[in-house]
Amino acid sequence: MGIDLPLLSIVIWLPIAAGVMVLALGSERADAGKLVALIASVLAFLISVPIYTDFDTTSSAMQFVERLPWIPAFDAQYFLGVDGISMPLILLTTFMTPLVVIAGWEVIKTHPAQYFAAFLIMEGLMVGVFAALDGLLFYVFWEAMLVPMFIIIGVWGGQRRVYATVKFFLYTFLGSVFMLVALIYMYLQAGNYSILGFHQLPLNMQEQTLIFLAFLLAFAVKVPMWPVHTWLPDAHVEAPTGGSVILAAIMLKMGGYGFVRFSLPITPDASSALDWLIISLSLIAVVYIGFVALAQRDMKKLIAYSSIAHMGFVTLGFFVVFAIVENAGTPEGARLAMQGGMVQMISHGLISGALFLCVGVMYDRLHSREISDYGGVVNTMPKFAALMVLFALANAGLPGTSGFVGEFFVILGSFQANFWFAFLAATTLILGAAYTLWLVKRVIFGEVANEGVAGLTDIGGREFLVLGILAVAVLLVGLWPAPLVDAMEASLGHLLDHISRSKL
Amino acid sequence: MVVATDFVAPDLMPAVAEIVLLSAVCVVLLVDLFLPDHRRQVTYYLAMLALAVTAATIVAFGASERTLTFAGSYVADPAGDTLKLFACLAVAFAFVYSRQFLSDWQLFRGEFYVLGLFGLLGVMVMVSAHSLLTMYLGLELLSLSLYALVAFNRDSAHAAEAAMKYFVLGAIASGTLLYGISILYGTTGTLELGELGGAIAAAGQGLNLPLLLGLAFVLVGIAFKFGAVPFHMWLPDVYQGAPIPVTLYVGSAPKIAAFALTWRVLVEGLGGMQESWQDMLVVLAVLSMGIGNIVAIAQANIKRMLAYSTISHVGFILLGFLAGSDEGLSGAMFYTLTYVIMATGAFGMVIFMSRAGFEAERLEDFKGLNSRSPWFALMMLMIMFSMAGVPPLIGFYAKLAVLGPVLDAGLTWLAALAVLFSVIGAFYYLRVVWYMYFEAPAESEPLAAGSDLRFAVSLNGLALLALGLFPGGLLDLCARVLS
Repeated sequence: MGIDLPLLSIVIWLPIAAGVMVLALGSERADAGKLVALIASVLAFLISVPIYTDFDTTSSAMQFVERLPWIPAFDAQYFLGVDGISMPLILLTTFMTPLVVIAGWEVIKTHPAQYFAAFLIMEGLMVGVFAALDGLLFYVFWEAMLVPMFIIIGVWGGQRRVYATVKFFLYTFLGSVFMLVALIYMYLQAGNYSILGFHQLPLNMQEQTLIFLAFLLAFAVKVPMWPVHTWLPDAHVEAPTGGSVILAAIMLKMGGYGFVRFSLPITPDASSALDWLIISLSLIAVVYIGFVALAQRDMKKLIAYSSIAHMGFVTLGFFVVFAIVENAGTPEGARLAMQGGMVQMISHGLISGALFLCVGVMYDRLHSREISDYGGVVNTMPKFAALMVLFALANAGLPGTSGFVGEFFVILGSFQANFWFAFLAATTLILGAAYTLWLVKRVIFGEVANEGVAGLTDIGGREFLVLGILAVAVLLVGLWPAPLVDAMEASLGHLLDHISRSKL
Repeated sequence: MVVATDFVAPDLMPAVAEIVLLSAVCVVLLVDLFLPDHRRQVTYYLAMLALAVTAATIVAFGASERTLTFAGSYVADPAGDTLKLFACLAVAFAFVYSRQFLSDWQLFRGEFYVLGLFGLLGVMVMVSAHSLLTMYLGLELLSLSLYALVAFNRDSAHAAEAAMKYFVLGAIASGTLLYGISILYGTTGTLELGELGGAIAAAGQGLNLPLLLGLAFVLVGIAFKFGAVPFHMWLPDVYQGAPIPVTLYVGSAPKIAAFALTWRVLVEGLGGMQESWQDMLVVLAVLSMGIGNIVAIAQANIKRMLAYSTISHVGFILLGFLAGSDEGLSGAMFYTLTYVIMATGAFGMVIFMSRAGFEAERLEDFKGLNSRSPWFALMMLMIMFSMAGVPPLIGFYAKLAVLGPVLDAGLTWLAALAVLFSVIGAFYYLRVVWYMYFEAPAESEPLAAGSDLRFAVSLNGLALLALGLFPGGLLDLCARVLS
C-alpha cells in the first residue's frame, strides 16, 4: 500500500462537500449540479472499493481506524473504523447512491439542485452512521440524516407527502431520543463515548434492561418492526423514487446494524432474556405483514410491506442465536443465523431498491402506482418486464438470487432453536411468493389492460443501466455469496463469542 | 504621611466596562438630541461604536480572577466577562437587525438605541452583582428599559397593551423578589451574597422556615424574569405585542441576565439551600417544558409560537441549574448562550421577511420561502432544526449539555421526560420548515431586506452550523470560566 489516506473520512465528506457545491450552483445551473452529483457519487464508490479490497477478512478488529479529538468537554472523539459488519453496509451505500442519482437524472423538475444535494449529503451521513465508533458521533450522523430525508419526502413526494414526512420525522425522532438518554447514561459510567468501550462496560441486569429497551425503540422504529412500522408504508409511498430506494435499501439497515453494534454486545444478558420479545415481533412481521402485503392495491405499498416482512428475517436471525446456543450448545448454528441476517440486509437493500426503481419507471410514464391501472406491461416493455420479473423472483427468494441466501440461512439456523420458529419463518416462502408473483401477474403479464399501458415505451439506456447493474449484483450475491460471507465471518464470530459471555 | 480614615476609595477597575458604557450612553443621548431627523443614522453608528468600545474594554480589562469591589457588592470574574461580551454581541445583532425595520416603520428614533444600551447596562450590572441590592438595581434598570421599549410604537394598541401588562406583572414580580430579599436580609442580616452563603451554612441543614419563605419569594421573582411556567403569562403577550425588533431584543440579552440572576443568587448566594430549590426548579422545569412545547403547537402567530418555544427552552436551562453540579451550571450557561444565538436568528428572520407596513408574523407568511429565496430558507431551516435539537446544529449540544448532568444527578425520569417533550416540540419547528419548503408561496412580493440584514442573518445561521460541527470551543469556554 502507498500512502495511508483517511478513506472513511473521504467517503463521508466528499459527497457532503459535493452536495454543498451542488446547492451553491443552484437550480439555475442544475445541469452542472447533476454532473457534480454523478461524479462525486461515482468517485465516492470508487474510493470505497479499497475499503473492501484492502480489508483483512481474518481479523475481527476495527480497520481503517481514524481517531481525532472532537469535543473534549464530553470526551467525544472523531473515531471511525469498520469491521466485517459495517464494511458491506458502507459499500451498499456508496453503490446505491450513484444509481439513485442516475435514476433521478431527467425525472426531477422542481428544485433539481436541492434534490441531488440532499441525496449526496444523505450518502455522507449514512456512511458516517456505519463508520462511527464514537457513540456521540454515531448519534449525530444518525439524527442529522433525518433532515435531508424530511426534505426529500416533503418536497418531491406524492399527494400526502406532508403527512408522511412529518410522521416519518416524529416517529424516528421519538425512537432515537431515548437512545440518546441511554448513550449519555453509559457515557457517565464509562467516561467516554467509545462504542467499543461500551461493549466492555459492566452493567447490571436492570441497567441492561432499560438500555436495551431504549435501544430497541430507536432501532425497532428504524427497521421497522411490527407494531412501530406504520410510518414506513406512508413514507415509502409518498417519497419520490430515489427517496424510497434510499429508505428501503439503506436507512432500514441502520436499525439492523444498530442491533448488532449496540444492543447485542452492550446488553447481552438483557438481549438473551428478552429475545422472546424480538423473536415474536419478527415472526409477526414475517407472517402477519406478509398477509397485509397480499391485500395491497398500491405497488409501492406492497413493496413497503414486503420490506417489513423481509426485515423481520434480519431481526429474527440476530436474536434467535441465544436459543440456538442454548439448544444446540455450539455456536455453529448461531453463526449461520447471524450471517443470514447480515446477508439478508445486503440482499434486501439491492432487491427492494431495484423494485422501487421498477415502480418508479412505470410511475414516470403513467403517473399511477395502482396495480389495477396496469396489466400486460410485458407487451409494450419487454426489456423492463424481464428485469422486473427477475427482481420479483429474487424478492420471493428464488435460489440463485441474493434473496434466497439470507432467508435460507436464517431458516436453517432457526431449526436448531425451535421447530416452530423455523416453520413460521418458512411461511414467507409461500407468502412472499404469493404477493410478489401475484403482483407480477397483475402488472406484467396478461392482455394489455388499457390505452395507457398500450402507449408505454420501453426503458431507455439510462434506466436499463441502473436496473441492469442491480440485476448483476443480485445474481452475483445469490450465486457466489462467499466473498460477502467471508468478509463478515471473523467479526460475527467475535461478536458471538462476546455475547456468549455474561456481563453480570 | 498617611491619614487613617474609615473611608476606602473603592477599586473602580472591576466596573470599568459599565462605567464606559454609561458614559457612552450619555454621549449617545446628548448627540441624538441635537441631530436633525435625516441624520438619525449617526445615533445608530454611535450606538454601535458604544457597543464596540464596551466590548473592547471588557476584553482589555477583563478580570483574570475573581475580584470584589464596592464593599463586596460588586464582582468581576471571567464568567461574568464572558456573559457581558455575549450580551454586547447580542445587542449589536439586535441593532443591526432592527435598523431597516425601524426606518421602514417610522420608528427610527434615538430612544430605541438609548433604551437598548441602558438595558444592556442593566444586564451587565446584574451579571456582576454580588449583593442582592445590586442585583435588584440592575434588574430594575433592565426592566424599566424593556417596559419603555415594548411600548415604543406608541400608535399600536397591541404594543401599549403588552407594555401595560408587562409593567404591571413585572412590578408585582419585582415586589415579590424584593419581599423575598427583605426576608433573607431580616433572617441573615446581610445582603452580600458571600456573607449570605456563610450565614445559611451556619444556620445548618434543619428546616428554617423564614429562610425557606425568603427563598420561595426570590425564586418566584427569578421564575418571572425567566418566564418559567406558571409565571410565564406575560411572555407571549409581550412577544406578540411588541414591534419585532423589540421582541428580538427582549428575547436575547435579558436571557443572559436571567441566567446571571439565577446563578448569582441561587447557586452562589443560596447554594446552601440547594436541596430546597432543586425540588422547586424541578416543578418549574417540567411545567415549562411541557406547557411551552404543547401550547406552541396551537399558535398561528410566529412571534407567539417563538414565545412559547422560549418558555420550553427556559425549562431546559433550569434543568442545568437543578442538577446542582458544576457541569450542570456550565451546561445551563452553554444553553443560555446557544439559545440567545438561536432566538436572535429566528426573530431576525421574522424581521427579514417583513417590510414597510407588513409584519411577517403569521406562520403562513413563511410559505414557499424556498422558492423565493433558497438561501434564507436554508438559514431558517437551520435555526428551526437547531431549536428542535437536531444534530449537527448547536441546539442539540445544548440539550446534551444539560441532560448529562441531570442523568448524573440520578434524575433519569426527568431526562426521559425532557427528551419526550422535545419530540413534541419538534412538531411546531417542523411546521415552519414544511411551510417554507413544501408549500407554494402565498405572495410574490420581492424580499426587501437590505444587505446588512442579509449578512447578519446568514452569519447567524451559519454560526449555528459551525458551532454545531465544532462545539468544543464554546463548551470548554463555559466550563473554564465558571470553574
